[in-house]
Amino acid sequence: MSKIHVTTTINGEPEEFLCDPAETMLDVLRNRLGLTGAKEGCATGDCGACSITLDGTLVCSCLMLAAEAEGHEIGTIEGMADGETLHPLQQKFLEMAALQCGICTPGVLIAAKALLEENPDPTETEVRFWLAGNLCRCTGYDKIIRAVMDTAAEMREAAQ
Amino acid sequence: MNEMSNKWIGKRTIRPDGVDKVTGRATFAADTTMPGMIWGKVLRSPHAHAIIKSIDTSRAEALPGVKAIVTAADIVDFPVDTPHPLGIQDMRWMCRNVMARERALWHGHAVAGVAATTEAIAEEACALIEVEYEALPHAVEIDDALADDAPILHPWMEFEGKPSNIAGKLEHTKGDVEAGFAEADVIVEGEFTTRPVHQGYIEPHACLVSTAADGKMTIWSSSQGQFMVRAMTALLTGIPQSNIRAIPAEIGGGFGGKTIIYLEPLAAVLSKKSGRPVKMAMTREEVMRASGPTSGSKSKIRIGARKDGSITAIEGLYWLQAGGLPGAPVRGAVGCALAPYDIPNGHTLGYDVVSNRSKVAAYRAPGAPIGAFGVECLLDELAEKLEMDPLDLRLKNAAKEGTQAVHGPTYPLMGYVESLEAAKVHDHYKAPLDRTKFQGRGVASGFWFNAGGESSAQVNITEDGNVVVTTGHPDIGGSRAGIANICAELLGIDYNRVSVLIGDTATIGFSNLTGGSRVLFASSIVVTESTRKVIRTLCELAAKIWDIDPDAVIWEDGEARPAGDNAGQFDPLSLEELASRANESGGPIGAGTQLNTTGAEGGFGTHICDVEVDTELGIVRVLRYTVLMDVGRAIHPAYVEGQMQGGAVQAIGWALNEEYVYDKDGKVDNASFLDYRMPVASDLPMIDTYIIEVPNPKHPQGVRGVGEVPLVPGLSAVRNAVYDALGIRFNDLPLSPPRVLAGLGEMKQAAE
Repeated sequence: MSKIHVTTTINGEPEEFLCDPAETMLDVLRNRLGLTGAKEGCATGDCGACSITLDGTLVCSCLMLAAEAEGHEIGTIEGMADGETLHPLQQKFLEMAALQCGICTPGVLIAAKALLEENPDPTETEVRFWLAGNLCRCTGYDKIIRAVMDTAAEMREAAQ
Repeated sequence: MNEMSNKWIGKRTIRPDGVDKVTGRATFAADTTMPGMIWGKVLRSPHAHAIIKSIDTSRAEALPGVKAIVTAADIVDFPVDTPHPLGIQDMRWMCRNVMARERALWHGHAVAGVAATTEAIAEEACALIEVEYEALPHAVEIDDALADDAPILHPWMEFEGKPSNIAGKLEHTKGDVEAGFAEADVIVEGEFTTRPVHQGYIEPHACLVSTAADGKMTIWSSSQGQFMVRAMTALLTGIPQSNIRAIPAEIGGGFGGKTIIYLEPLAAVLSKKSGRPVKMAMTREEVMRASGPTSGSKSKIRIGARKDGSITAIEGLYWLQAGGLPGAPVRGAVGCALAPYDIPNGHTLGYDVVSNRSKVAAYRAPGAPIGAFGVECLLDELAEKLEMDPLDLRLKNAAKEGTQAVHGPTYPLMGYVESLEAAKVHDHYKAPLDRTKFQGRGVASGFWFNAGGESSAQVNITEDGNVVVTTGHPDIGGSRAGIANICAELLGIDYNRVSVLIGDTATIGFSNLTGGSRVLFASSIVVTESTRKVIRTLCELAAKIWDIDPDAVIWEDGEARPAGDNAGQFDPLSLEELASRANESGGPIGAGTQLNTTGAEGGFGTHICDVEVDTELGIVRVLRYTVLMDVGRAIHPAYVEGQMQGGAVQAIGWALNEEYVYDKDGKVDNASFLDYRMPVASDLPMIDTYIIEVPNPKHPQGVRGVGEVPLVPGLSAVRNAVYDALGIRFNDLPLSPPRVLAGLGEMKQAAE
């Protein structure tokens, strides 16, 4: 079975890779490109630990074929901070202890960032439903929801 | 501790591993890789119960790309008639848990493993292994396993002289329960069931094992104890511990489920045979079929009390599912069930029952929520019968300092009463409910033993005057931050100058598991001891520089100072200055401590839960939830709250939705996160916390342990709230929509 050659953009940088036709984006990120920030919690699209963005849209990379990245822009947790400057969500998650073991954190952050880009002023219910696809077994979600709400408020203030 | 300024203890500092975890840099087990690495996969039993007659691996071996195969023949056998304990585990069961020997005991039980150049080839090779099974009748549920004609899982197992699926029993007695019931004005009794639930860690089990030509082995894995990984792998493979270096990867949740191993010995054999690094990771489906949940249970509980609410006797009989091999958490059930109460007569008895499902593993206060469930439900009923407030009933019977518990110990200073009193005056308890919307409120209490045990720490001062602390417990929920708070406090320096690392088995002394709510309790004891030794060395160094007696030097605010005017007039010496001059008095500054820590005292908590029931759909929604708990001392309050919130939500999942569904062939029918329904963000409200601090007098900072108690009361708090909402006493969990609708249907029928 011959491999597929894929030309894409990952976190703003041009990238090329070879993959099997059945290989998922998650496996290529983790096993071929060394980007292990996206995690495999289920491989069935139920836990959200593998969340990435495809042209800015939130997707589960375990449900996406790597070949589908051709010509598109992929965003992963590794591209969320700007060098040593953390994204406000990342900073807030640290300050508010919105993580415990940290395995779901990259996916939650990617999902929350996608939310705030679409809706800078979400209600608690909107945050809860948006993040319903990101399982966290440690925190009970309380501090995650608060951190996202607080970040949204700060980012709105900063934008004014 | 009281004399200290508490600049850092009690502060919400940023955890040392935090940036790595929000940027994707943190390395979990499945993130590790090595040159030449190959992949291992496991062949699992398609039968719930079968004799393994033969295994032929020749076709798999012939497949191009296959590098090694492991079967039970490669795993050290521990004969069933000779106990071989390791901590709370027994290697007789561990060797059969990692690989089926005489029999496959559940659908999904490991039967063989293959390592190949790709995962796909390894999987293909698994399918080529020919296993001859003799399928046997199976028993999945407790009643099936206890039936007169039940298939016996282990021919050698006998109970009371007869072949049985009961592997053992444990009981506690105080006073005379029958005499106690004779004194009672009111007796309430009931039968209860809880379902097995999975810990639900988001990270599946994973490891990478590399073996050198000289037999030296390195294991990177996700576990709750690198020393447990080393010890069990050594025992199961025959490799000496000194040849195994177990490196703790970051762990993506464990909740007790990673206090044992599944893949490491298989990967070790495969790596040794192939000479290649071998990576193995379970799929979610494998986690659900083959790794250990906690027990399902049934119980019969009876409580007797006088009219004034004083309890005269409680009896609790429990049957806990062990899975296919012995080891249900009976101790937690029979030990914790009555622990919150000061009662004259109590009796608990629990049975360890094997059946054809995956062997249970620890889950957050193992057994304790099961023990508490029926008791806390019946206390609710008793309160109603006596027309008492359920918190007042508990206050009337609350254990306190000096109470002799039914499970044995006499309690020291503790804060259970405080949790009840705080609950009574909490806004939540007084808030109105909308009865037209079927809203209700429930309360319950719970206890967990907590634990001390072996811990090691090394505190080193760097040449530039900063601090590196190494401990031996995988950090599962922020313990590094707590340790850094304590070390910075003791040294009187900025928190950010303290780096905290988790050592591997070659770089730090033996440290027991991350479990039992013991990590911050035990590691802060050894870190405190090591830091005090370092401070002594620093004072000695200053004394040498000043040419005065070391006893005339004190350590304050991060610097050595003369103890008083009599000591002489000297400018203070900072940690940086002393570090740079370390060679003037003996050399590098650092100290290690290795201890079997003692003095962990039990923890108590009380929960308040409000629910609203959708009577059309049977959905129970939690509207408000408050966790009140004595934590001893909250070293890092945010991570203490995190434990309280996370534990409560796991309890909500257990109470409302989580359960395994088995088909008629004994196969799990819902082995995915879609069908095994854990709470998601949109199911929940915020979880309020109320931290009570009654410092543990036996700990340098007053720590008591916080991880496990928050799960214990939750099952009953939710269930009691549903009773308050609907007037239906559900005694069987989970209160999922079908069960709630069935209950509503029965009520309607009865009314007609």
